[in-house]
Amino acid sequence: MDNLHLDQHISQQFNTDLEELKTQLLEMGGVVEQQLSDAIAAIETADGDLAEKVLVIENEVDKREVALDEQAIAILARRQPAASDLRMVLMATKITRDLERIGDEAQKIAKMAIALNEEGESPVTYMMEDPRSISRVMNVMWALRSLERIGDHARNISEHIIFLVKGLDVRHISLKEMKRQVQENP
Amino acid sequence: MIEAVVNTNLSADPLMSQTVNMAENQQSSSETVGAPFVELPKMAMRGVNVFYGEKQAIFDVSMDIGSNEVVAMIGPSGCGKSTFLRSLNRMNDTIDICRVEGSLQLEGQDIYHAKMDVVPLRARVGMVFQKPNPFPKSIYDNVAYGPRIHGLASRRGDLDEIVETSLKKAGLWNEVKDRLHQPGTGLSGGQQQRLCIARTIAVSPEVILMDEPCSALDPIATARIEELIAELSENFTIAIVTHSMQQAARVSKRTAYFHLGKLIEVNNTEKVFTNPDHELTEAYITGRFG
Repeated sequence: MDNLHLDQHISQQFNTDLEELKTQLLEMGGVVEQQLSDAIAAIETADGDLAEKVLVIENEVDKREVALDEQAIAILARRQPAASDLRMVLMATKITRDLERIGDEAQKIAKMAIALNEEGESPVTYMMEDPRSISRVMNVMWALRSLERIGDHARNISEHIIFLVKGLDVRHISLKEMKRQVQENP
Repeated sequence: MIEAVVNTNLSADPLMSQTVNMAENQQSSSETVGAPFVELPKMAMRGVNVFYGEKQAIFDVSMDIGSNEVVAMIGPSGCGKSTFLRSLNRMNDTIDICRVEGSLQLEGQDIYHAKMDVVPLRARVGMVFQKPNPFPKSIYDNVAYGPRIHGLASRRGDLDEIVETSLKKAGLWNEVKDRLHQPGTGLSGGQQQRLCIARTIAVSPEVILMDEPCSALDPIATARIEELIAELSENFTIAIVTHSMQQAARVSKRTAYFHLGKLIEVNNTEKVFTNPDHELTEAYITGRFG
């Protein structure tokens, strides 16, 4: 996002507003990233404490989503941004939505980790020893499904960033077509 | 966005494909990027240079204005947008030291041809100015003035009809129908500007040039004029110079960006305000240092 030249407006206040939006977005991304890696570590090790931490962070992610949207709406109302600034503000709101959804999925993974922790043993060993434990393994399957959804959100975010940087709407097309369009618009 | 890109790339129009190439070389070329040309233009300008004495104000500008479209011309002060607009109905002729070169055509006719009579030309290509400038006459006579001198009405009843129709099209009729014979200068600023628009459309122009028509008006009067521009564009071709980028974004179909006398970019307004092709356009419309 550095090549968006957010700091080169004649209005210093506009620079500040956009920089703040960008900072909020990056911070929220960092929080969700930590939340997700904690959730995965929690389910790997059936670590109940770590999983609880993920659930607590979820509140913070929700608050950040609301704050970021407020900031974006304020910029739209006060500055009537255009071109790359407009794309920045709109995509910030879209990216924050996908980040929040990733946080939701991390929360689900953490809940599976807590369920496994309460069972008290590593799921794979459990299943090998006793087929009746298959329901527990289903928890892991649900977690994998959450990871798949997170992958979808990650793809959405990538598409938003392509639109933000290049102004190209690459949603709902094949990866090959996406690659071609991005390469044709340096 | 994608559609715009795909359409541009697939276009069979040789001029279009040329502009695509120009867009790719925008750093090294002083040529206009985007899509400055349209099919079947109302006005077609090619290689236009304008000089004030020794000083060149417009450099090699080429673009079209399509029929019944609103084209906005934007750019910083002194970029030449008003000079270019004024050359479209030879308003610059009134300035002795001003010289216009290149080809400027209205429906294929050379505007600067030696045999072109500027009086009917200015009826075909009318102009609305920054400050409302009604004649010191009655509201009726302001609107009737053009039809009278151009001999458009032979009978009083015809003239009455032209005045009423023009005032209606300008969205002023209901406010002035009971005081048509009071002075036009007694109206509010926004009403005066709509009177000037009524005066312009009374002679049934093909093109209306507007040079910052709202810069002396308050936001409500501005909104009325902008609404009027949208209505007028059904019957007239409109070129508007404006300092307000939001106004250009609101009223126009295409936007032309001028910078230091050069035409930098012409594109569909939506494209210009979401993803312009040229970095100078981007810098201007986003309020960055140019």
